[in-house]
Amino acid sequence: MAEIEIKNIAKSFGDYQALHNINMTIQDQEFMVLLGASGCGKSTLLRIIAGLETATSGEVWIGGRRIDHLSPKDRGIAMVFQNYAVFPHLTVFENIGFGLRMQKLPNAEVERRVYRTAELMHIEQLLKRYSGELSGGQRQRVAVARALAMEPDVILMDEPLSNLDALLRMEMRAELKGVLAESKTTAIYVTHDQVEAMSMADRISVMHQGRIAQNASPVEVYRNPSEKFVAGFIGNPPMNFLPAVVASTGHWSVAGCEFAGPDAQATTIDFAIRPEDVSPSEAGISAVVRVVEPLGAHLLVTCDVDGHLFRAVLDSDLAIRAGDTITLAPQLDRIRWFDQTTTQAIC
Amino acid sequence: MAATHQTRASGRFVYVSGVVLLCAWVLVPLYFLLINTLSSPEAVNAFPKSFIPEFDLGSLTFFANFSGMLSALKNSIFVAAITMVLSITLGAPAGYALSRFEFRGKETFRFLILLTRAFPLPLLALPLAVMFIRTGIDDTIFGLALIHTTLALPFAVLITFSLFSGIPMELEEAAWTLGCTRLTAFTKVVLPLVLPGITASAIFAFVISWNEVFAAAVLTIENRTLTAFLLQNLDTSPLHLKFAGGFILVVPALVFIFAVRKYLFAMWGIANR
Repeated sequence: MAEIEIKNIAKSFGDYQALHNINMTIQDQEFMVLLGASGCGKSTLLRIIAGLETATSGEVWIGGRRIDHLSPKDRGIAMVFQNYAVFPHLTVFENIGFGLRMQKLPNAEVERRVYRTAELMHIEQLLKRYSGELSGGQRQRVAVARALAMEPDVILMDEPLSNLDALLRMEMRAELKGVLAESKTTAIYVTHDQVEAMSMADRISVMHQGRIAQNASPVEVYRNPSEKFVAGFIGNPPMNFLPAVVASTGHWSVAGCEFAGPDAQATTIDFAIRPEDVSPSEAGISAVVRVVEPLGAHLLVTCDVDGHLFRAVLDSDLAIRAGDTITLAPQLDRIRWFDQTTTQAIC
Repeated sequence: MAATHQTRASGRFVYVSGVVLLCAWVLVPLYFLLINTLSSPEAVNAFPKSFIPEFDLGSLTFFANFSGMLSALKNSIFVAAITMVLSITLGAPAGYALSRFEFRGKETFRFLILLTRAFPLPLLALPLAVMFIRTGIDDTIFGLALIHTTLALPFAVLITFSLFSGIPMELEEAAWTLGCTRLTAFTKVVLPLVLPGITASAIFAFVISWNEVFAAAVLTIENRTLTAFLLQNLDTSPLHLKFAGGFILVVPALVFIFAVRKYLFAMWGIANR
């Protein structure tokens, strides 16, 4: 059992507050992804959990044991680093067995675990090589195998795939997810790649400026972003926003169309819709097409709605050209609303 | 096109002749040193010279049997060895600290390290001699080794600083998460990786001490090192003995520096792989 609890963790570097009171619970065997742009504090949080960085205040608990005062080696964690950190003076075998040797396990046990994890990561044939003789993808496999061989309660990964090329990344993504699910360890995975986050996570914590903007399942984060930042950050292309002016109680006028919406105090709020949730129709929001980008299955159409940027992902059979005026009808149950001052979602 | 070709050809000519001149400037005296050392006394004074050494070991054998010569050689080796040990045991931790930790005055500290080389030894020799006599470490191997350590230490710090900076912090952090303490992470991961470089910087300290003559001449009387000993005795010696003495001094230094040249480049941040 390795449930991770993060209680009121804050971290400042001099005057700069990198993390503001972070609270989070990660269930046993859960795959949690910390997602955010660079500088949002996600790596700092991971390093605090690992013990490579000390928090200014707050507590970290793993499996019911407070560990924030312990050194990294006593926390029951293993970590995979962005640049792999494979020891260049040791063979792949000794790299994977490094942590086991430190635990003074008998030779037979070290060998058994090294062979097992090497097999799991498909690197049995590389065991005698040195890291200088490996490709980036192979080094990444060694780094993961080294962490898994420790049979840790918790595995921490800091952008492990960001140095691989696109194809390899996609391959490793699926493989990592499978291997981790099988190993039954709790995992925290830091990335700035939303596709990675979406496809791997049981739960995503979107981080923004040192706090957690939303902590929910991937689909929930995508469908019901808790605030405007998340809506704009997740999804490619991101969500569209248009100002909505109150027409009557619970009804809002958006670019000349009226939609049923929340019963809010404010007179203007933000209307939001995903680009794929609109379709051309007789009645709807009128948009002037600026750019049409055919993407094979879809057309990415960039339009202008009342002077606001608006993107639509439409069927590629449609004959749309730049300069056309089209009418787009949003799918009503997919419309979301955001408060303009607090930027929070309004339900 | 023809003009560019010509410019390139003449540029190449200047480059090649520059390299040849520089090499000649270094190699020709060494070559003369070599053939004169390995020639009989008569051949050394003869003219014109032969460009092929005779492999006459007369001068060198004479030198080896010269009274005081072996003890001076022994002193030189001892002083250089102590210098080597002291500059690495003091310099490497400083280099590690400079590369790994952020602390107040770090830049000033680095500047001060360089500044220690700004004062010429002749300026410091007299006060040092007085101080050494007062503390009773004048004319001792250890006393001289202390001076040589001061000379070698800045290089030891800067070379090891660059060595440690070349080892990614992530490697150490990975070792910590895999069950190492700070110390075992250092001995099991960092040390094996920097060991060749540390050896090079130790050898460099050895050579600095081996070559140093001024402090050695001022601060020792009975326990002279080889450099000071030769300085004192060769002045009045015949030519072939001067060559032999020079040879004995130059060769170890040359061999050592050649062996560690890669790491000396690294000190100045020039990658040479």
